[in-house]
Amino acid sequence: MSAAFVVGVLVAAGVFLLLRPGLLRVVLGFVLLGHAVNVVLLAAGGLGRRTAALEEVGPDTADPLPQAFVLTAIVITFGITVHLLGLLRRDAGGPTSGADSAGEADTDGAGTVGGDDIGGTGGHGAAGWPG
Amino acid sequence: MSGLLLIPVVGPLLVAGVLLVLPGRIRLHRVGAFATMAVVLVAGLVLLVRTSDGAVPVLRVGGWPGPIAISLAADALSALLVTVTAVVVLCCLVSAVGSGDDSRPYFLPLVLVLTAGGSGAFLTTDLFNLFVLIEVMLVPSYVLLSLAGGAGRGGAGRVYVATNLLGSTLLLAGVAFVYGTTGAVGLGELAGAARDEPTVAVACGVVLLALGVKSALVPLHDWLPRTYPVVSPVVVALFSGLLTKVGLYAVIRIYAVVYGGDPGYRWLLGAVALLSMVVGVLGAVGADSMRRILTFHMVSQIGYVLLGLALFTAAGLAAAVYYLAQYILVKAALFLCAAAVRAGRGTDRLEGSGGLAGQRPALALAFAGAALSLAGLPPFSGFVAKFLLLRATAETGAWLAMAVAVLVSLVTLLSMLKIWSALFTGAPPASSSVAKRIGPTLVGPPLALAGLSLAAGLAAQPLLVVADTAAAGLRDPAGYVRAVSGR
Repeated sequence: MSAAFVVGVLVAAGVFLLLRPGLLRVVLGFVLLGHAVNVVLLAAGGLGRRTAALEEVGPDTADPLPQAFVLTAIVITFGITVHLLGLLRRDAGGPTSGADSAGEADTDGAGTVGGDDIGGTGGHGAAGWPG
Repeated sequence: MSGLLLIPVVGPLLVAGVLLVLPGRIRLHRVGAFATMAVVLVAGLVLLVRTSDGAVPVLRVGGWPGPIAISLAADALSALLVTVTAVVVLCCLVSAVGSGDDSRPYFLPLVLVLTAGGSGAFLTTDLFNLFVLIEVMLVPSYVLLSLAGGAGRGGAGRVYVATNLLGSTLLLAGVAFVYGTTGAVGLGELAGAARDEPTVAVACGVVLLALGVKSALVPLHDWLPRTYPVVSPVVVALFSGLLTKVGLYAVIRIYAVVYGGDPGYRWLLGAVALLSMVVGVLGAVGADSMRRILTFHMVSQIGYVLLGLALFTAAGLAAAVYYLAQYILVKAALFLCAAAVRAGRGTDRLEGSGGLAGQRPALALAFAGAALSLAGLPPFSGFVAKFLLLRATAETGAWLAMAVAVLVSLVTLLSMLKIWSALFTGAPPASSSVAKRIGPTLVGPPLALAGLSLAAGLAAQPLLVVADTAAAGLRDPAGYVRAVSGR
């Protein structure tokens, strides 16, 4: 029951942030949604079973599989959050975006000549994406 | 024998890792990427031969027992898709040399990781690993998109990342629900569970919904035409061969194994299929650049494959598998044509340029072949695929679906003619009458892919046999389930 409540609050807050303008809020929204899904995963293994699954297996031994799932999911969410923050920094014109955007616009000259793209907010560089 | 299954997944990952620590050595990167993809292609072909009699080789990585192990398995469908995507990636790599895409930093290692994730998703046997491998595929695609986009990629990149991230979150939640209701995530353990147990059907429905976002099924398709047309065409060709097709493959696999082809949901699949066909093709009518038209056709063509699944007869499934395999080749050929047009003209917008047929007859030939195949005219593979599908709908008596399929392919032909008359016939633009050099590395790959489509149409028998084997495995997944669950 408490898990359901936590998931509900996290999802509500996450969706609220996703629907707000601004990329930073979107990033935070995805972080909250990621946490919500992690709680769902843990709950899927049964929250009442708390004994460590190291030696003999009893009725209240914790299920190790969802914990492994959550670990993997946390790593993925973390990586994507870093990438999103990198995008955010690039779009905000962070300190490294100046020099690289010239080179990037040069290599993509074919695209800018014809102006064949929607939006057309102009060339941001490729700087700031995680290597 | 089953160690072969590791090659398409681990091979590209290892090579990508090595190439990442040697940045800036473009020649080495090219050799590494081409060699790796050639090895993956050979591995895919060997798997295709091994699975042609319905055998399902299974590998449990690390030798762990059933549900804990990371298992990889190949049946005819998986092996076929691994092979076809390896062909497409190889062609895209050649085009990337011509268009200069591959000199962007980290381009080739990213493509290798993308391929590893895609192949892994075709071969994996449990839902959680499916999620992980789809993420392995998506993360490089985020970077490729922001790296190789044109102007306006900032906004498109945000739409792409946000949509796919939401899809992945939903997918993970779905996997959690499936684990909560069944205590298993392996396809072997889940076989038929959604047919027998309504709660599992709902949990799996969340997974299918997430996969619907990834494969851009109507009404979840809106992100695709917003993002793909602003990306470099070579990268879109890669994405079209791997990203949406992995989602589609997973939908097919899960519906066949976990739902056991439950007839109660076929109307829903059929409705989504017909809607995708119609909405996609109508969107293409209003589009004004080659890439935008082709992207809308992706939505429409995915509907055809899904229609074959919705019929769930032996003929319908075989048509879906044949359709999917040949369509990946044809769509990549068309996008690589767009890459060549863009390299020559500086743009792939329809207005203000023409006369490419006179200047580059080989490119015109490649485009004409692929376009006719997409519209479903003989003697190309698209004709065989549409013929099989229409025959399957007629056998089932699904006359509405049949009528829609015929009408949609007519409109498809119309928009292919629109590209043809705008870009290839007529007078070349006055300002830049001399097309910039479209080298053989740009013309060769689409020509080769169109040739493959022609070959798959003229000599359809080998591919049809594979499609029949795959369809038999989908209709009666007992053999696959037995091999995967190890019982």
